Amino acid sequence: MKRLIPITLMAAGVAAIAALATPAFSQETQNQKEPRDGEFSFEGPFGTYDRAALQRGFQIYKEVCSTCHAMKYIHFRDLGPNGPNGGIGFSDPEVRALASQVQVSDGPNDQGEMFERPGRPSDRFKAPFANDQAARAANNGALPKDLSIIIKGRPHGSNYVYSLLSGYEDAPANVKVPNGLYYNPYFPGGFIAMPPPLSQGAVSFADGTPSSVDQMAHDVVTFLTWASEPDLEQRKSLGLKVMVFLVLLTGLAFAVKRKVWADVH
Amino acid sequence: MSASNTTNTDRPAGKGVVDWIDYRLPIFTFMKHQLDEYPTPKNLNYFWNFGSLAGLVLVIMIVTGVTLAMQYTPHVDMAFDSIERIMRDVNYGWLIRYLHMNGASMFFAVVYIHIFRGLYYGSYKPPREVLWWLGVVILLLMMATAFMGYVLPWGQMSFWGATVITNLFSAIPLVGDSIVTWLWGGFSVDNPTLNRFFSLHYLLPFVIVGVVFLHLWALHVHGSNNPLGIDRKSPKDSIPFHPYYTAKDAFGTAVFLLIYLGLVFYAPEALGNTDNNIPADPLQTPASIVPEWYLLPFYAILRSVPNILFIEAKLAGVIAMLGSILLLLFLPWLDKSPVRSANFRPIYRVLFWIFLADCLVLGWVGSQHPEGLPLILGRIGTVYYFLHFLVLLPLVSRIEKPRPLPESISQPVLKA
Amino acid sequence: MSDSAHAAAPSHQDGETRRDFLTLVATAAAGVGAAAALWPFISSMNPSKDVLAISTSDVDLSPVELGQRITVKWRGKPVFIVHRTPEQIATAEKDDTSDTLIDPQPDEKRVQKPEWLIVVGVCTHLGCVPLGQTDQQPHGEFGGWFCPCHGSQYDISGRVRHGPAPKNLVVPTYKFTSDTAVTIG
Repeated sequence: MKRLIPITLMAAGVAAIAALATPAFSQETQNQKEPRDGEFSFEGPFGTYDRAALQRGFQIYKEVCSTCHAMKYIHFRDLGPNGPNGGIGFSDPEVRALASQVQVSDGPNDQGEMFERPGRPSDRFKAPFANDQAARAANNGALPKDLSIIIKGRPHGSNYVYSLLSGYEDAPANVKVPNGLYYNPYFPGGFIAMPPPLSQGAVSFADGTPSSVDQMAHDVVTFLTWASEPDLEQRKSLGLKVMVFLVLLTGLAFAVKRKVWADVH
Repeated sequence: MSASNTTNTDRPAGKGVVDWIDYRLPIFTFMKHQLDEYPTPKNLNYFWNFGSLAGLVLVIMIVTGVTLAMQYTPHVDMAFDSIERIMRDVNYGWLIRYLHMNGASMFFAVVYIHIFRGLYYGSYKPPREVLWWLGVVILLLMMATAFMGYVLPWGQMSFWGATVITNLFSAIPLVGDSIVTWLWGGFSVDNPTLNRFFSLHYLLPFVIVGVVFLHLWALHVHGSNNPLGIDRKSPKDSIPFHPYYTAKDAFGTAVFLLIYLGLVFYAPEALGNTDNNIPADPLQTPASIVPEWYLLPFYAILRSVPNILFIEAKLAGVIAMLGSILLLLFLPWLDKSPVRSANFRPIYRVLFWIFLADCLVLGWVGSQHPEGLPLILGRIGTVYYFLHFLVLLPLVSRIEKPRPLPESISQPVLKA
Repeated sequence: MSDSAHAAAPSHQDGETRRDFLTLVATAAAGVGAAAALWPFISSMNPSKDVLAISTSDVDLSPVELGQRITVKWRGKPVFIVHRTPEQIATAEKDDTSDTLIDPQPDEKRVQKPEWLIVVGVCTHLGCVPLGQTDQQPHGEFGGWFCPCHGSQYDISGRVRHGPAPKNLVVPTYKFTSDTAVTIG
């Protein structure tokens, strides 16, 4: 009985810490709708990335988002077999081809000048703007954020971005939308500078998947999550092996402890 | 190197090397004494595992930290990028980084439990006052190390947390602003600050190792306290550390690893703040600046104190925050009850649980904006914190009638 | 670590071989775990993915004229590429049997196409970069390169002919991706 109190309070303490740990605690929750659950394949302890969704998501990034958003921490080689978790399913020649479609700045050459050359797998994704100032100038003063770690950089990452991208709607009657902004209830404050990037049929998928806004939002978020967390699959699979081993080891250690202490108890 | 050159000709030949070294540096005799002969109370419960766990986590932090330092660049333009490189391109970089990040949280969790064990069972009482002081020093060093370490990734929270906390030093009268400029190495948190924090973050853990050594030395002078709080009186009260407590510590370690590695592999960013995955932007402050969970109670105390008389709120808050930790040093004199263990101190026991609850409440308060309910609770909680140490403990330890203590550890009186 | 297995001979020697076996298994499992845990740290010090990605260099050979020598960077080191003339090739092959070869090796084993000599421009003595890539620089007596640090000399196949260097200039792994392009590494 006496042992119960300290143990219950410790459990309460742990629960308190767990409650504190939920991202909600330090974020603006007023004027922001709770994100919807995207029910992604990578969630949960056994989650993995849906390769087809990754490729569709990459296509969406390339055709839609990359006009304004950079992804400077992703290299072309990440998409291929040497990439994290075997990439998103492209082969080495496909990666080389993708890279070479882009002109990349290099140099200086022997004359001291910078020059352009076709991209290589070791190059990073090319940014649409030379720097933040150029990006703002082209977007009415708003800065399109780099998307490499956007999922880890927002509370409820995947669900948030998914809700945001598929959540544009008309403002309620009593709400006035400031000039140059768009209404999105999932964005903190409700008004976002980015116009709705996805529209029905904006991208046509080679595998024939219908490109509804919801589908495209889902797929691009899968790709963006892979970009933010390339270690996810390796982490969970190694984690499983480690956990199983540890459970066995704990059992063994417990048995040894009991045996050693048998004569004291 | 045959056995014939030792003076211990009665030792088996196979031990020749051991004896040769031992004769010159008695490390094996030392270890044998500490393990086989060091008398440990036979009634220690699992709360006594947390000291060795803390030592283990310290080793893990140093090993992961040194490995990370091989790949990290302490420059404002490259720090964030170098960590992304670790996460993406360095073999197992993501694992080592998550081990280090969550190891910090586990370090504090383990140490806090270890401290509360000490508070409950009176481990700070004579003759263990210096042992307790060394522990407080270790806690302070840990807090400084963790604070500086959090700045290194150079995310939004790194930068703004550093800005807020270093700005606190300007509260010091007269020399405050000069001290802050000196700390920064400039006129705001910038590259010189980052570089020196990296240097000190690498250094301090080794200082901690030194203090831990002193802490263990002080412990071994009089030996461990125990749940009954009464001294060992005869050999019947104790058992050798090895194999009993080595086995128990091993089991405790396994359970600890289950929790720690469960976190690392399945919820590595659960205890962190998403804002730190955004590169630092000196021109944009995040909506709320919050430290990691283990610093929240102190953050709450810092922000609860209003202007008091002629002392402005900022300075008063700093004094309160520092005071809340330094107060611990005086505990052996604030609580003068000759009875150590709360098991025999019914009133103190209640105060203990209330104090623990107070700390948890302050932790929650620290995570919220300092307004409305959190502010009220924060003020009450802070006042109560000081009340507990400065008023309640001295009072209770004088007027309390403790339960009768058992004869000895090996013959405890069962619950009366 | 494994000491505790046989040092775990406590004062109660009741001959519990079962306890000792269990302890042995538990300790062994812990040891295996500890060793496995060490691997990520060691592996993290191996070349990372970004280093491996630039571990090959693509070189366009079309602008390199007959007789010309160029230097390219590969894995942080200089690589000498010589577009050898027929005379140079002949000299190199004739010297296969020379007795001034310190590290004998036939020329044809050092090239994939005789007109392209590709060698790492690092002296095998103590690592200096030998001279000889431009006409103004000394070539030594054997028409190849001359190392100014301690006087080693290499021939037009990159073989060491005069010490103190002990070995020929290293031929890196390379592959012709076309008649005028090569990938080194």
